[in-house]
Amino acid sequence: MTAASAPAPETSPPKRRRIFGRDTRTAYLYIIPALLVMATITFYPLVFQTAISFFDYRLPNIISTPAFPGGRPADFIGFENYLRIINDQLGIPNFHFFRMLFFNIFWAFSNVVIHIIIGVGVAVLLNTRGLWGRGIYRAIYIIPVVIPPIIVATVWRNMFDTSDGAINQSLTGLGALFHIPGEAFQIDWLRQIQDPISFIPLPLAYFALLTANTWLGWPLNSVVATGALQSIPGELYEAAEMDGASGWQKFRHITIPFLRPAMIPYAVYGFVVTFNLFYLTYFMTAGEPRGRTELLVTQAFRLVNDRQLFGVAAAFSVFMFFILLTITLLFNRVTKATASYDT
Amino acid sequence: MTQPAIAETRRRFWGRSTARTRQDKGRPLPLRKQLVLQAVCIFIALSVLLPLLWVFSLALDPTDRLRPAGLIPSGATLDNFAEVIRQPTINPISFFDLAKNSFLLATSVAAISVLLAVAAAYAFSRLHFRFRSVLMLGILAVLMLPPVVSIVPLYIQLGQFEVGDFNLRQSLAGVGIAIISGLLPFAIWNLKGYLDTIPKDLEEAAAVDGATRNQAFRLIILPLSVPALAVTGFLGFVAGWTEYYYSVIFLTGDVEQYTLAIALNGMVGQFATQTPWAAFSAFAILFALPVSLVYLLLQKYIISGLTIGGVK
Repeated sequence: MTAASAPAPETSPPKRRRIFGRDTRTAYLYIIPALLVMATITFYPLVFQTAISFFDYRLPNIISTPAFPGGRPADFIGFENYLRIINDQLGIPNFHFFRMLFFNIFWAFSNVVIHIIIGVGVAVLLNTRGLWGRGIYRAIYIIPVVIPPIIVATVWRNMFDTSDGAINQSLTGLGALFHIPGEAFQIDWLRQIQDPISFIPLPLAYFALLTANTWLGWPLNSVVATGALQSIPGELYEAAEMDGASGWQKFRHITIPFLRPAMIPYAVYGFVVTFNLFYLTYFMTAGEPRGRTELLVTQAFRLVNDRQLFGVAAAFSVFMFFILLTITLLFNRVTKATASYDT
Repeated sequence: MTQPAIAETRRRFWGRSTARTRQDKGRPLPLRKQLVLQAVCIFIALSVLLPLLWVFSLALDPTDRLRPAGLIPSGATLDNFAEVIRQPTINPISFFDLAKNSFLLATSVAAISVLLAVAAAYAFSRLHFRFRSVLMLGILAVLMLPPVVSIVPLYIQLGQFEVGDFNLRQSLAGVGIAIISGLLPFAIWNLKGYLDTIPKDLEEAAAVDGATRNQAFRLIILPLSVPALAVTGFLGFVAGWTEYYYSVIFLTGDVEQYTLAIALNGMVGQFATQTPWAAFSAFAILFALPVSLVYLLLQKYIISGLTIGGVK
């Protein structure tokens, strides 16, 4: 032990639990630097944010003038900012708070479901004994995880470009095989106003975003699923085979119950990440068409960046906090309720 | 008859059906199934690689057309790289100056947050003190929030620090502070998750040998957590290197302080009128490649760290 060579310090003799004597003072020494920093730049700003959400805080309130150094004092307006948000009275075209909230929830949910299905599917595929080149495939499939999201988003924005993107180019190439003229594939993926499927109220941009985020999201799910798969004892499958179980039955009754405990917490994490996914929406569609792919995070950014509505943006952030808190608590209950399902 | 014996018998008779049993490693798949699965695997690999190949060939394209002509376009050239290194956007600043700012930002936020976090994480992991669970809950609550939501207060509060011409908000230091406000809680949580996996016996043995708490931390815990420190530091570095929201909103005006993300925004953001896709591709590669390669090397540790945290 390296510490044994250190000069013997004065310590009280080891007690039953607190082997190093009293902790409290040391604990504060360790924690105070980080705590002071967080109190100043993390927690205090959040408190300040809640405070200004009740004020009509705009650009003139932060710009120093000779009459008001440090900005004109803002007017207290109570819950006005909150009401204007939920009643869509911000004077922002295509701003519909509840439509945006529902779209955001649906966006996160649909993505996570697809990520898990593909992630588990690929993990099972690569877990097949005797498959050639598994190491190579694993190395290739991890690539989306390691590229910074801002780059992924901008590259996919390029891929879906109407006149020159890879997607329309590939479709044109495929179409040429069937003598379909290239003009048929000048698809305006990110801005087309008309819905592609008349009875599903989702714009084409949603499907473009879904494609990009599927590319981005499934590999990490696959890694988590692979870890869980490799912990399943092989004897279980053999026993099932002896009982004449089919491939699907084995998957249903052995693989899924073993994957569950690992995948559910990860799905919750994935849901929150996707719910707050800024870059794809911001760079690919910028909320188009008509604000229908806007997420809460991109709207929050826009309230500050495009409109300088600080008070409204603060109230909006408080809403986001409670929405995320609700989602987290809800998931926590669901996860706990299903934790003992069949493990 | 024992199970392995049954499996053995089956293998002799039904090469196919026993191929699914898991205990025998490296037994060949039946060829037809192998080929079908290979086709699926290759299809997935191509779908993963398509965007990368597209960007690489765009970056090499000499014609600066909006689409590359083939995987390696005829007359492939590195001119696009030369051009974006010289001056990626209309702003008079070179790639290296942008990268220098991003690097400075990234290393400072990574170093500061890891240094502060490792001590705090140790206290949360090992020591007993009042408000411990309340504080940890506070940290988790902040983690749940996306960084975008703290833009308003930080914008206003950092803007109030003015000394002469210097405004903290309009400086890289201000952006760094804003990044740390979200990064520090993450670093504490991430490192605490790792420290929790280090057995307590080691410190107990050291205590019996007469070591103090500080010595145990310095001589046992710190050396053992080097991988976790590296991973947390690296994730912090990536956060600073690719930071977007704060930089774009805070750093208005002073071109000298612009970062890579601001330049990228200038190329493809909503106010970019005509996107120079060939230059963009070269820029994206230069921007992403360094961090992606390091990520690839560290991915085993990063992912196991994330899943440890996730499963808890």
